[in-house]
Amino acid sequence: MALLEIQNLNRYFGGLHAVNSVSFAVEPGMIKAVIGPNGAGKTTLFNLIAGNLPANSGTIYFNNTRINGRKPYQIAGLGLSRTYQNIKLFHGMTALENVMLGRHIRSKAGFISGMLNLPWTWPEEKLIKQKAMEYLDLLGVADCAEVEISNLSFGQQRGVEFARALATEPTLLLLDEPAAGLNIYETAEIGRLITKIRATGVTILLVEHDMSLVMDISDEIVVLSFGEKIAEDLPHNIQKNEEVIRIYLGDEDN
Amino acid sequence: MDLFKRYIPVLFLLAVVVSIQLVTHFTETSFYLTQLTMSAYYSVVVIGLCVLMGYGGQISLGHAGFFAIGGYLAGVLTTHNLLAFKDYGIVAFLNKIGLLIDGQSLYGETLLTVHPWAACIVAVLTAGVIALAIGGPVLKLKGHYLAMATLGFGIIIFRIALASPYFGEADGISEVPGFKLLPGIEVSGSFGDRVLNYYIAWGMVIIAVLLLLNLIHSRVGRALRSIHGAEEAANAMGVNTSRYKLYIFILSALFAALAGVFVTHYNGGIGPSEAGVMKSVRYVAIVAVGGMANIWGALIMGIVLNFLSLRGVFGSYDDAVFGVILVIIMLFAPEGILKINPWQRIKSLSALFMKQKEEEDSVEN
Repeated sequence: MALLEIQNLNRYFGGLHAVNSVSFAVEPGMIKAVIGPNGAGKTTLFNLIAGNLPANSGTIYFNNTRINGRKPYQIAGLGLSRTYQNIKLFHGMTALENVMLGRHIRSKAGFISGMLNLPWTWPEEKLIKQKAMEYLDLLGVADCAEVEISNLSFGQQRGVEFARALATEPTLLLLDEPAAGLNIYETAEIGRLITKIRATGVTILLVEHDMSLVMDISDEIVVLSFGEKIAEDLPHNIQKNEEVIRIYLGDEDN
Repeated sequence: MDLFKRYIPVLFLLAVVVSIQLVTHFTETSFYLTQLTMSAYYSVVVIGLCVLMGYGGQISLGHAGFFAIGGYLAGVLTTHNLLAFKDYGIVAFLNKIGLLIDGQSLYGETLLTVHPWAACIVAVLTAGVIALAIGGPVLKLKGHYLAMATLGFGIIIFRIALASPYFGEADGISEVPGFKLLPGIEVSGSFGDRVLNYYIAWGMVIIAVLLLLNLIHSRVGRALRSIHGAEEAANAMGVNTSRYKLYIFILSALFAALAGVFVTHYNGGIGPSEAGVMKSVRYVAIVAVGGMANIWGALIMGIVLNFLSLRGVFGSYDDAVFGVILVIIMLFAPEGILKINPWQRIKSLSALFMKQKEEEDSVEN
């Protein structure tokens, strides 16, 4: 079975059918992209997968476990991590602390042992810090480690958010518009980074507007329009798909 | 090194506590110790609330309620005379296992009451259970709604204290005996125990500060702060946000209840004003003045403002002063007037000094 399997997923917002019977699968080790015009339901789809929104019907299997109906923190615990379109970092904490939080599910010191500062938590805390530094380093933002997050540039914040998501050691990483707000150099850099992450064995599902990035890095593309899946294919086939061209560029008659 | 940095201010606090006592001893102003003792207990409530508000990002306008639950239950259990029920099953059983003690009222009447230790444990656990019960549903709310719900809880406790004959109605509970923690160590308002009680109260503050400092620097503390920073993202990173919010709510309620128990034994009684909404507002105001996510700020402001209030500096305008403080802080200094962590301040100053010195040295060379 595929790593992530979505079957007949539906979600309504009042009268709006935001996600309409969408089904697709993500095989382990691939980079799969979800594209579509604004309002196609891409972010809703992500929120359904990550458990932020309940689905009206349909099923989502992750690693052969049915995950719809579960809470986001439970899904995260199964090895699914994500980033946000409009970066969601923890303000009032340093970059390092943000990434250290990514180690939350990989560590276990509890309330009482934390309050009593029991010695057995010390090596764990040290390891958390060390791992977090490694991920900051991997993303090239290690020199911002001690800086409070609001004082970082947009690009650096994106790097920290990536590092935080990777620190959970996910098997599947959801990237919601990783190139939003970045210039072409930074976008190319993000592209290289995503391929690098994939090389470490992480499967990636991304939503993206930047076509050059999507065509460059993805193995397969799903196209959504008004909540419906209208195509699922290899990048070079998607480029030639008439339906896709029509929804992006409009009909010749119009 | 980190641990060293964390505990140095605690040692400093200990030194300040001892030196204040010594100063009052030699200047014969030890009457101040009474207010300092009370302020210390109130500060335990404040720092607990500080962790809930500043780190967990949840507001509570009901903490005077938890304080009152602790105080009133300890007061009732240690004053209610069970002598008439001595032979009844449960009372006899409690007596047999040593949870009851004999005593004498002010008028020489023989009393059979619950042992202060048992009363304390019951009071604090009850506050914890109530916090668990209301925290579950209430903490699903956010912002104003959470404030309103906790405010409602506070009002309920206040009205119960005011209306119930068991709790002495408007008079509250008096003649609460001392609380013998250990042989020779008793929480009571008697003149001879003044210095001892000052140290008991401050010992409690120091233990509370140590526990909370450890907590906020631990894995769980980081998770709490992340909830404050971005709850949705914290959840997506695998933090069970609702459970952590509930834990910290219960913890702060336990702190408040414990302080309530000790204050009641120290004062020899408790009245409904301790459960009042204005008390809750006062605790929130003090946390705000101290700078929300700053245990030391909350502690310092907790001591200073409570001390001034207890000395009667604000006169009849006591509650008004705290209301005004809250408004002014929210308007002009939402991060508190002690925004700068004194330790960091000293560090940055010393770093600056070192840098200057280095520059001077390099010029000389």
